[in-house]
Amino acid sequence: MKPITRYALSAAGLAGFLLLWEGLGRSGLIETHLLPPPSTIPPALMSEIREGFWQVMVWSSLRHYTIGFVLGSVLGVTLGVAVALFPRVEASQAWLARVLRPIPPLAWIPFAIIWFGISETAAAFIISIGIFWINYFTAMAAVQAVDKDLIEVARAFGHRSFPALLGKVILPGAAPGILSGLRAGLGQGWMTVVAAELFGIQGIGQRMIEASGLLATDIVILYMFSIALLYGVSDYIFVRIQDRVLAWQR
Amino acid sequence: MAKVIETRDLAVSFGGAGEAGIVFRHLNIAVEQGEFVTLVGVSGAGKSTLLRVIADLIPPHEGSVTVETPPDPTRRPIAMVFQAALLMPWRTVADNITLGLEGIDVPDAVRAERVARTLDLVGLSEYGDRWPYQLSGGQRQRIGIARALAVEPDILLMDEPFGALDAITRTALQDELLRIWRETGKSILFVTHDIEEAVYLGDRVLLLGDKPARIVNEYRVDIDRAQRRESAVFLRMVETVRGGLSDAMAIDNGAG
Repeated sequence: MKPITRYALSAAGLAGFLLLWEGLGRSGLIETHLLPPPSTIPPALMSEIREGFWQVMVWSSLRHYTIGFVLGSVLGVTLGVAVALFPRVEASQAWLARVLRPIPPLAWIPFAIIWFGISETAAAFIISIGIFWINYFTAMAAVQAVDKDLIEVARAFGHRSFPALLGKVILPGAAPGILSGLRAGLGQGWMTVVAAELFGIQGIGQRMIEASGLLATDIVILYMFSIALLYGVSDYIFVRIQDRVLAWQR
Repeated sequence: MAKVIETRDLAVSFGGAGEAGIVFRHLNIAVEQGEFVTLVGVSGAGKSTLLRVIADLIPPHEGSVTVETPPDPTRRPIAMVFQAALLMPWRTVADNITLGLEGIDVPDAVRAERVARTLDLVGLSEYGDRWPYQLSGGQRQRIGIARALAVEPDILLMDEPFGALDAITRTALQDELLRIWRETGKSILFVTHDIEEAVYLGDRVLLLGDKPARIVNEYRVDIDRAQRRESAVFLRMVETVRGGLSDAMAIDNGAG
């Protein structure tokens, strides 16, 4: 398939979906307050911006998200790498990880509130949990998969200390895996950001709950699309960076 | 001639109690200054292990390895060329070549000069900025050789470096290696399981027997290198070494 055909079909799919949705609303098959048609989103956006909500909510969520992403990623990658490198660390975490891993991020909400109150920290904490586990396991697997022969090559050419091997072979070799974990975390983070704000921390989630209480469904949909947009932009930027960092891959 | 490598009663074993884990024992080999020594033996005979012990990548259990080279902080005494080229895929060709120069006392200008010179020596002057994935198997192995030459070693250890290449590329690289050897005067210990290759390249061919590995025979190749590919005397020599290798295996099988 030619790229141009691909783009055309992708655009047509999205346009078709929006048209069908608009049609359902206008034809009266579905009441517009149950499912506001897409044409109501731009006016909703204008009014949210005019009243100063949209900027504030997006900015707050972006802050929670960024702190949670950085925290979860740094801890997850660091510990994942350590587990893969040191058998003793690996052994000591084996059962612990099995116990903690299945607990969904949202199940930590009660403790987040008890420990941090209704605060930005609480939201960032919840967001970081899911991101942490993704990075923990992908970084571990990525380091374990590094070609042992390349470590021998580095040793043969005089790089025998642990920091030298880490910097010259292990981390660059694990980089593709670690980056794919970071990217997966980028998506996971947006999934929890709304839920983390539902209990009253200022942000997109909080605004959505308010709006749904007032049956302002057009506002709810506006924020749903805002999240999709934020995710799309952050993923796009990430992939551009990733492609540059991994230019050495075919 | 001065010996650059000498092993004395070298023994290596991996785990396994008693005889089971022994790779080799009482292994004595020597390589002289400027000499091209090839080491043949069946797969799994411990040829690669021997190179790794000499390169100080694996400690011997008994015996010793002496490497006699003039001390020079801008060079490494030994460099190794591996079976698969084993380039770091995240480094450009030029950065792969400098791997061994990082950590020794070589100024940036000298580093760049050595990259240029070794690339030239292996005939890939224009390839410094490429990524390893953009090279053919033969080109990758040439870069593996350039990486070893860049540290200006006195001794090159080569572990079946052409084993994974097609016949045409292999022949070309063999001749290229001989040219580089003549131009640089290195001492080379070259491991292979290809008897023709061993006789074609070596001043001396060592035959490594199996379980535990030991040198079972040694052949001095007194044939002019220009005469080596096709001449009757070359082919006879290959047959002699081949016979020696099957004898060694028969003994092993009989004893085992």
